[in-house]
Amino acid sequence: MTRAPINKGSLALSAYIYAVLAFIVIPLVIVIPMSITTSEFLEFPPTGFTLKWYAEYFGDRQWVRATILSLQVAALTAVLASVIGTAATYAMVRGRGRLASLFQALLIGPIVVPHIALAVGLYLVFQQIGLSGTITGFVLAHTVLALPFVVFTMAAALGKVDPSLEAAAMSCGASRFDAFRLVTLPLVLPNVLSGALFAFIISFDEPVVSFFLSGIRQKTLPRRMFDDIEQNLTPIIPAIATLLILLSVAILLGAYVLKSRGKR
Amino acid sequence: MSAAGRSAFWHSDGRRLSGFSALLLLCPFFVIIGFVFLYPLAKLLVISVMEPEPTLANYAKVVTNPVYARVLLRTLWTAVLVTVTCVVLGFPVAYFMTRIRSALAAVVAICVILPLWSSVLVRTAAWAYLLERHGLVNTGLQAIGLTDGPLQLLYTQSAVVIAMAHVLLPFMILPLYGALRSIPNDYMRAASVLGAPNHRIFLEVVLPLSLPGVVSGSLLVFLTALGFFITPALLGSPQELMIATLVSQQIREVLDWPFAAALVGTLTLFVTFLALVFSKTLRFDRLMGAS
Repeated sequence: MTRAPINKGSLALSAYIYAVLAFIVIPLVIVIPMSITTSEFLEFPPTGFTLKWYAEYFGDRQWVRATILSLQVAALTAVLASVIGTAATYAMVRGRGRLASLFQALLIGPIVVPHIALAVGLYLVFQQIGLSGTITGFVLAHTVLALPFVVFTMAAALGKVDPSLEAAAMSCGASRFDAFRLVTLPLVLPNVLSGALFAFIISFDEPVVSFFLSGIRQKTLPRRMFDDIEQNLTPIIPAIATLLILLSVAILLGAYVLKSRGKR
Repeated sequence: MSAAGRSAFWHSDGRRLSGFSALLLLCPFFVIIGFVFLYPLAKLLVISVMEPEPTLANYAKVVTNPVYARVLLRTLWTAVLVTVTCVVLGFPVAYFMTRIRSALAAVVAICVILPLWSSVLVRTAAWAYLLERHGLVNTGLQAIGLTDGPLQLLYTQSAVVIAMAHVLLPFMILPLYGALRSIPNDYMRAASVLGAPNHRIFLEVVLPLSLPGVVSGSLLVFLTALGFFITPALLGSPQELMIATLVSQQIREVLDWPFAAALVGTLTLFVTFLALVFSKTLRFDRLMGAS
């Protein structure tokens, strides 16, 4: 593109755009300097340097327990959502197309329906059957929320795999399952893994359903953070927020690497 | 999406699975969606019309009681304000992303996508720190002499609107970017060759052709904003509830399940109705691909 002559209008427009970008980014990165200052308020320039808040986070049993619970739930959600999502997508891509519109409607359901509605409904149902505040309960709920993302990732990937590859394997005597396991799965493995990564982060960061399903003792990390922010903005929150942002960056990078590998 | 387009999305040629094996593979999906999604929602709807006796009184209470009607109006108005804020902030950025060199565009895209995958709680907490009495916004306003003392910013409806707009902005920018990028450059060049000045090219070519993106981004932001819980619960005033925070209060403090179920029913039916009406414009599958 040729450079447009600079005039006041376009200068104002650029200033506006950079201001909006600052509006997007600043609230995200501001927690990083906050997490390492000695003062309890955010000051510029930041005064002092300390890792005290990180030490406090890792030293507090309640925070550590909440973190471990969330990690367990997220890992199990990633596995369950990938398996169920991949199987269902494979059936839709290689099937005869019956149930396609029902499948599509059910898939979009968890995205459209407000999370507060699902959270309240699950609170009611899980309370009665003793799943509230259990790992199983959290994993089931988060799997429903993550499934659409896994299926859309897999639909794009499986659609690109030439079905005649499987047909060839099967004509050489492989069963349908072996043909999938030995031919198709290795081709779409990067996509399966990036779908699993997204399912992991959706579960790990999920606040609303966790808010209602958490018991007094079994609290996920987002629920613990909610309580802390609601009661007294403690300086430990910026440290946790910084760690969570780093995790998001790592997962996005991982998904990006997997995506570029999948293209080769 | 047309019927042909939809089937091309799901099917490729070659040997098809038998109906039985396809059903077997779909089974876990239908079971979990049925048990963990449809059943809880159905149960809530049943409670909302069956308790304490078969009645629509719970729904009548939502609309006729002035206290709750005001909560509904506040929720709608907040969602409208958030949507308008997102269009005003998001459109120039999306337009900018289509007009710049790809290296810079990648940086801007990361700025837009990273928040989408970072915790809503992190972003809400950040706004709580920014807006509190000794927060950066208050100290900044005093430093440039706009205000004498600290303003009450936290726990106001403005705080809720600003933070919700911040959380939902990527949902506006991505569909807008998709719509703007699909406008062929030749259209702008043709208009320019025919002597149209820049502002007329923008108003008469770019803007009308980007409208589908504006509509789909706005719907996405509006529908999500209606059911928002975390941000109003943490940054809003307890005197100015929104529908989701009212639901939480009814369940956790008042323990009025039938009324809470009617609130959830009103919200869910309204959102689902709008999503069905605009299902062609919303294009969730495309948004997933973009993110």
